[in-house]
Amino acid sequence: MPEIIKNGRVQQDDWQVVRLAEDESGGAIALPAGRVIVPLGLWLSRREALLARAEAGVLGVWLAAGDDPAALAPDLLRLQLVAVDFPKFADGRGYSIATLLRTRYGYAGELRAIGEVLRNQFDYLGRCGFDALQPAPGRYTPAQLQAALASLATFGSPYQASATLPQPLFRRVTRPAARQEAA
Amino acid sequence: MYKYDDYDQRLVDERVAQFADQTGRYLAGELSEDEYRPLRLQNGVYIQRHAPMLRIAVPYGNLRAEQLRTLAYIARTYDRGYGHVSTRQNIQFNWPRLEDVPEILGLLAGVQMHAIQTSGNCIRNVTADAFAGVAADERIDPRPWCEILRQWSTFHPEFAYLPRKFKIAVNGADEDRAVIRAHDIGLELVRDAAGEIGFRVLVGGGLGRTPIIGEEISAFVPWRQILNYCEAILRVYNLYGRRDNAYKARIKILVKALGVAEFTRQVEAEFAHLKDGPSTLTEAEVARVAGRFDDPVLAPLPPTDAAHEAHLAADKAFAAWVRRNVRAHKVAGYASVVLSLKKHGVAPGDVSADQFERVAELADDFAFGEIRSTHEQNLVLPSVRVADLHTVWQRARAAGLATPNIGLLTDIISCPGGDFCNLANAKSIPIANAIQARFDDLDYLYDIGEIELNISGCMNACGHHHVGHIGVLGVDKNGQEWYQVTIGGEQGNRTALGKVIGPSFAAEEMPDVITSLINNYIDNRHDGERFIDTVRRIGVESFKTRVYAERDARQHAKEAINA
Repeated sequence: MPEIIKNGRVQQDDWQVVRLAEDESGGAIALPAGRVIVPLGLWLSRREALLARAEAGVLGVWLAAGDDPAALAPDLLRLQLVAVDFPKFADGRGYSIATLLRTRYGYAGELRAIGEVLRNQFDYLGRCGFDALQPAPGRYTPAQLQAALASLATFGSPYQASATLPQPLFRRVTRPAARQEAA
Repeated sequence: MYKYDDYDQRLVDERVAQFADQTGRYLAGELSEDEYRPLRLQNGVYIQRHAPMLRIAVPYGNLRAEQLRTLAYIARTYDRGYGHVSTRQNIQFNWPRLEDVPEILGLLAGVQMHAIQTSGNCIRNVTADAFAGVAADERIDPRPWCEILRQWSTFHPEFAYLPRKFKIAVNGADEDRAVIRAHDIGLELVRDAAGEIGFRVLVGGGLGRTPIIGEEISAFVPWRQILNYCEAILRVYNLYGRRDNAYKARIKILVKALGVAEFTRQVEAEFAHLKDGPSTLTEAEVARVAGRFDDPVLAPLPPTDAAHEAHLAADKAFAAWVRRNVRAHKVAGYASVVLSLKKHGVAPGDVSADQFERVAELADDFAFGEIRSTHEQNLVLPSVRVADLHTVWQRARAAGLATPNIGLLTDIISCPGGDFCNLANAKSIPIANAIQARFDDLDYLYDIGEIELNISGCMNACGHHHVGHIGVLGVDKNGQEWYQVTIGGEQGNRTALGKVIGPSFAAEEMPDVITSLINNYIDNRHDGERFIDTVRRIGVESFKTRVYAERDARQHAKEAINA
């Protein structure tokens, strides 16, 4: 079973990400048994049929980098897992999608980064609201993944408000005025 | 300038540790080249022709003496004894070893400096008027706002992997000295009818391959909302900016594709959600940031000084320097001094380790320890007593920093060009030096008067050639270095893009080409008219005709000799 990082720990994980080939249509393919994460298009076209599995917590939906998270807004209370795909780690759209899911649409379930998910981006991914990080299979050895936990919170007190820190630094703490420091 | 508190310092220290770890994993082969590239870029490290180039952030051009001493130490220890002021007010070193960079960043952190986000597809160093806080024509000091933007943009988790780089500049003076119209976001500090501070917001300016002047998307964003508004702009750009073609990925292309009205609508729709949210600024936060600028308290002095007047009358060279290199200060009895990094024969913007130290001493002895870097690639002592100007001049002259050419033809803006940069099509520095050698006579330079000559070694336009009164662009023609010339560009309130005068020139022709342009100006100018004013009045054609006629004549003469 592949390992992922979830809630700050390395964990075994049995969710399968369903990716359609370019000529495949979501309406036609048979879904594997067990826990699956299906693409947004497939979910939207077979929503009624899949709703029970979603509510039972064995079916999640993933958004591509170009998908509008608003399309999933009506379903977010029913879904226990939403994933966002990073086709390349340098494609930063997923950071905005995650931020919108958490701060605009109020999604509180598991938010998982899939695709090209690398240790170097863990801190930013986490702050944008991802609580599950699934690097590509084989990208990291178990030891490397364990070591990568150190990259989950590189910056102890970031300046900005974000999905996980709803207030910016200047509202979270009282920063010293120059005069107080001199005294 | 702004003094870090423990939070600022900890973030910079954490960054040093992070990059040391990343570089270690890269050197150990755990990170691929592709994975490491954006990490090193967001720490200012380019892989260049000779060695990595390290670009150090100078937030909105503010420096203090101890920082220059550290830069001198870095120049001597890790480089070849000099650094370089860039056209975005940063400082670059061209010869460090990659293995040494984490150690250099550690030294910088010790003096509240860093190289964070000086490259890469993220929000870059925020720039401003080099005379901020002291300029006589300033309405609102941009520095606290720049610092607030710096903090907001530093390690912003959502905007670290944008489609392309993103530059913000802020101006608060009557004359725009920050080129805000050529930035992804240009902010102009203004007051509304009630006297409340806010920002006029321009978006989509930029030079490079597709030069575009920024367009206004809001006439007034109240100061409390400025981070929310910037966040809205960045989110629209991050989600919808093109990622399929690096040449079409800047926000200016998105603004053009959507049209400014539709782009503005999308930003406003996003802003409606963010308005009054947690990032809304408070009076306390703005006051706190402003209060951490340890500006000297300057009591007005008599505006003139008898000894100073006597020096001016007696010493022609000093008087020339004061006329060219000294600027009005908002407090009577003080002045701002521009230290020229355009000594003829030196690469524009280069500073030796010794010069870093001499400037630090000048700042400590006469300028309250403060220094600024300018986007024209010079250094500034922002606050000097008028009575001290003569001593400052003597010491600056001894250090090779008093060439009285600020704003003149030899005060050339130039990128490092093909001598250093991997991207360059052609060399820039030898062209600058050849032009400086041709126009070495100071009296003639004064007669030519104010003119801006900007040189870029490639389309990326680091030398801002589009907005030079004369712009020179290095181009590659079948593997050879050629130079395209534009005239009529301008920065500031009347920002305009120059027009190409015709086919490009070989390197050795460039001093003659500039001579033809200057002679045409001198023959046609009205009294008191600057080069750019004459170009605007009589048009490009007259200059073009002159340049190519004289070029043909030179070629005929050469053929006649060879025949």
